[in-house]
Amino acid sequence: MTAYVVRRLWQMIPTLAGVILLIFFLFNWVGGDPAQVLAGKISNPEQIANIRKQLGVDQPYWYQLWVFVQQVFTFDFGRSWSTNEEVSRILLTRVGPTLTIMVPVLIIETTLAVTFAIMVAYVRGTLTDRAIMIVCTTAMSISFLVYIIVFQWLFGFILGWFPVQGWSESFWKNLSTYAPLPILLAVAVGLAPQLRLYRSFFLEEINQDYVRTARAKGLPEKKVMMKHVLRNALIPILTNIGIYLPSVFVGSFLLEVFFSIPGLGREIITAVNRSDFPVIKAVTVYLAMLTMIINLLVDVMYKFVDPRVSFK
Amino acid sequence: MSAVLTNPTPPAQQESPGLWTLAWRRLKQDAVGMIALAVVVLFIAMMLASFTGLIARDWAKESGVSYANPAFLAGQENLEAKAVAAGAGVSKAPPVDLSDVDPLAPRYKEWEERAAKIAVTEVKRAETLPFGGDKWGRDVLLKVIKGSEVSIFVGLVAALFATMIGTFLGAMAGYWGGKVNDFLEWFYNIFTSIPYILLILAFAAVFKKGLDTIIVILALTGWTGIYRLVRAEYIKHSAREYVKAAQAIGASHLSRMFIHILPNASHVILVQLSQHVVQFIKAEVILSFLGLGVPVDMVSWGTMLAEAQNELVIGKWWQLFAAGASMAVLVTAFSLLTDSLRDALDPKLK
Repeated sequence: MTAYVVRRLWQMIPTLAGVILLIFFLFNWVGGDPAQVLAGKISNPEQIANIRKQLGVDQPYWYQLWVFVQQVFTFDFGRSWSTNEEVSRILLTRVGPTLTIMVPVLIIETTLAVTFAIMVAYVRGTLTDRAIMIVCTTAMSISFLVYIIVFQWLFGFILGWFPVQGWSESFWKNLSTYAPLPILLAVAVGLAPQLRLYRSFFLEEINQDYVRTARAKGLPEKKVMMKHVLRNALIPILTNIGIYLPSVFVGSFLLEVFFSIPGLGREIITAVNRSDFPVIKAVTVYLAMLTMIINLLVDVMYKFVDPRVSFK
Repeated sequence: MSAVLTNPTPPAQQESPGLWTLAWRRLKQDAVGMIALAVVVLFIAMMLASFTGLIARDWAKESGVSYANPAFLAGQENLEAKAVAAGAGVSKAPPVDLSDVDPLAPRYKEWEERAAKIAVTEVKRAETLPFGGDKWGRDVLLKVIKGSEVSIFVGLVAALFATMIGTFLGAMAGYWGGKVNDFLEWFYNIFTSIPYILLILAFAAVFKKGLDTIIVILALTGWTGIYRLVRAEYIKHSAREYVKAAQAIGASHLSRMFIHILPNASHVILVQLSQHVVQFIKAEVILSFLGLGVPVDMVSWGTMLAEAQNELVIGKWWQLFAAGASMAVLVTAFSLLTDSLRDALDPKLK
């Protein structure tokens, strides 16, 4: 297993190099001259030359690339172009609020989706199953934007159950006051597609021979579903959670924008709008790294879920 | 014995129907699929009609009062329109007489005369519109039609480009294998190791804003799923006998890739295309809402939803409903059509 992990880590190097190259290409090449963006209305050539020198964009491309690589590995992306705040500080302070929202969302959503999916899959083909599937399909077709606008208006403005938006310094106050409505929204929206997907995973397993064998030897239905079907369906479910996990750190940027949550998602949107390249570059590179590591962890976890899996 | 003799001629050879004929036959039997297809065709026809100016040409005309009620709510009071009218009334009140101190006072009369010469036509604004009006009194129904133009166009064209990129790269990787495959897999890994939405935003940050940009961004970031599926198809097919046979009769690599194998992978590609249209229509709406999509002077379902957020607070729900519902109907129809297409093209799956 150690050999497997080492080999996988080794294989990450070319991908990471590719990510660095892609981002470098996007922001240092396609992105145009950052001095023009920064200087804005000032078109004094001297000033522009000055800014170019400060940012190091007057250097040749290979040197800029080298600087970028150094930045990635020293976790030092310098300062934000628009607020002059240190990029590493921005990332560290913004990730907290995002996780406050997204971790509960992930836990609640997965628990509910798996529970409902196994129930719906058990009564497959009945009216209940079909009705739930139709509701899910319809729910999925409505834009996330519409959900946010209507929920925020209904629960925040009309009913007044939750504050419309806001955030505080205290973690508990955030979790108890400001987070519930965004969490509720994210769960409500994310549930339908996950339910449909997990149901199909369970259906795949329910029709297998081993389920018939389990029933034939007289196991109670509950045991058949919970011990046999659930355990086998866990592999695709785990894969799906693995795909979903990196975006937990980006957060739902729409929710953060609507509810004024000072998280990473909102920070990225602000950075995009202000052409604040260092922030976007840093977020993209680190999230790519995180994604690769999460993928590795998920692959290692297969072993614990399914002992038949062997690391080649 | 005689029974055999009475029928000496063999039955005329029937031409066996091709994949598409069979698929069309199966699709025709699928009621849900046909309804979904009809809805999708209707939406595309609406988009084309709007694009060519047949309908909704004067969507920008401010034909009603501010937040005009929908026709079915004609009796309800419209406080906002009254407030606007009242505001206009205030400014018409005579100003305080300052002629003693105002050095321009002697010329007041001259200006008044000149102002009177300019003909001002007071437009009669409708109290109600078929489906209500927006802040400037524009007809929401026409706006939705005009907005569909951008949303559907972006979805269709971006999906087409993404499918083309994905298909081409997938064909390359699957057919050639070896070094080409390694290189393209590396490329694929790079794109998929960055969370999708972050990838879109990174591209959006460096490109200028506009309709063409949004299409380019969605196409450049959205090809990965199609690539993977097409590659698998090509790996599977390039080892089959019919491809070997094509090679034996001297078909070139290009001809084997795109004339022999491509039609056999086309059902996968078509389903992916349809799926991506839905995905991209949703993405366009969100990007436009965030101000990263269409320019300000254009209307799309996303910009309509952005306006609707503030309108809902003062109880004007029709723009939100119109944009949200028309998008939901189209997306549902497209999703159902995708499912039906998949069933029709691959009957083994069912």
